[in-house]
Amino acid sequence: MVQSMDIRRRILEITSIASAIIIWEIIARIINKKYILPSFTEVVTAFLELVSGGELYRDILTSLNFFAIGMGVAIAVGIPLGIMMGWFKTIDKAVDPIIEMIRPIPPLAWIPFAILWFGLTQYAAGFVIFVGAVFPILVNTYTGFRNTPRVLVESGKVLGCIKNRDLIFRIALPAALPSIATGVRVGMGVGWMCVVAAEMFGVSTYGIGWKIWHWNDLHHMDMVLTYMLVLGLIALVIDRLFRYIVQEWWLKWQTGVVV
Amino acid sequence: MLSIKNLNKTYHTEEGDEVAALSDINLDVADKEFVCFIGPSGCGKTTLLRITAGLEKPDSGTLTVNNVPITGPGPDRGMVFQEYSLFPWRTVLKNVTFSLELKKIPKREREKISREFLELVGLSKFADSYPHELSGGMKQRVAIARALVNDPDLLLMDEPFGAVDAQTRNRLQHELLNIWEKKKKTVLFITHSVDEAVFLADTVVVFTARPGRIKEVISIDLPRPRERTSFEANAFREHLLATLGAEIQAAID
Repeated sequence: MVQSMDIRRRILEITSIASAIIIWEIIARIINKKYILPSFTEVVTAFLELVSGGELYRDILTSLNFFAIGMGVAIAVGIPLGIMMGWFKTIDKAVDPIIEMIRPIPPLAWIPFAILWFGLTQYAAGFVIFVGAVFPILVNTYTGFRNTPRVLVESGKVLGCIKNRDLIFRIALPAALPSIATGVRVGMGVGWMCVVAAEMFGVSTYGIGWKIWHWNDLHHMDMVLTYMLVLGLIALVIDRLFRYIVQEWWLKWQTGVVV
Repeated sequence: MLSIKNLNKTYHTEEGDEVAALSDINLDVADKEFVCFIGPSGCGKTTLLRITAGLEKPDSGTLTVNNVPITGPGPDRGMVFQEYSLFPWRTVLKNVTFSLELKKIPKREREKISREFLELVGLSKFADSYPHELSGGMKQRVAIARALVNDPDLLLMDEPFGAVDAQTRNRLQHELLNIWEKKKKTVLFITHSVDEAVFLADTVVVFTARPGRIKEVISIDLPRPRERTSFEANAFREHLLATLGAEIQAAID
């Protein structure tokens, strides 16, 4: 029963995607202007060209490199700061007003300072991605710590877990993991969106985001669309991969994983 | 063993009001004694248990365990909470080994000890399960094993069987008495159920409505295993119900 349901769902999915592609192809052929809407076949041709030339790999690696720098720092800053703010009330009261001031500023508004501070380097791009990703991670870590069930903390205490350090790492952190995982996942989503903008100002002549602008300048809309689709596809892969890792390794103890 | 003298506790609400929770509590509990606390809701019996655990501080008065004053939580006192309190990210076995890890006992040894306690509560088969896979009664049995593995002198239990169904509750009461007889711990056990108190306790402490005072201390000098429906048990039950009834009425008024 379950299997046949699965197969039926798959068939539905494939049919839906296939019809979207067919409709796209038909509309593009009716318009018949490559620089307004490239057709599916033109995009596939452009894609194959990019793959065979090896250029696409280099673009993907460049973008992933920026993304990794930004995410790495966002995690390294967001989780510890979230822990400190979630556990120690004084730190929360001291830091929270500053965070609330900075948080609403859109990450892209930081681009001038990113260039000023880091020059046209990978770190400037990483910084913009960092700004986008750090707040969801920080806020979710904080919330996770704040919502640590009291009975678990007290259970720890009566079992001899008294020191702040032990309580944080043995009780509150594992209890907050589902929330932290959600934060990282949301942060990755925002961070990846920032990749396009972070590459726009020319820190590299490779990169998916850069190439979108590059081919746009040359009015090669089939290339632009190809890179757009690659951008979306990679985000999907990253998200699925993260979800898989979280479910299989990180939060195996949970009944229904929230992310 | 446990000695409580002139203990008072008042809570301060956010509106600035004072609510007297416990007033002038004096109680001595002997070694290996099984004591049940019973009283109307909000009478402060949980507060007294939490103070004994070291999770809260009294306003005045002294508490000592084996003549040592209580200043905070300690390994000489174990606690089983009313809510399910297992660490959901740890397997059953790892929940039990928790306190031994903190004591830096080597892995093999702490797992061996913990398995013995899982055996004691009849859950050896579930060592590698996660808490969400267990029923309510099983969770509380693991919580008991987790508290006992630390080898406390005093076991504090805050309505541990309050959330399980009646049949499971009866079985858990039996098992608890077996464990108590094997391990010979001093037990403080909060309950709302007169039946439970008469079945389990050596001594029943009845609390008054707020502020909680000790109204009566009753010795249940019936041999074990006890017959729940025996004439003597019924007599104790009636007496307790009458005493409590007046207090519950007072709490409502």
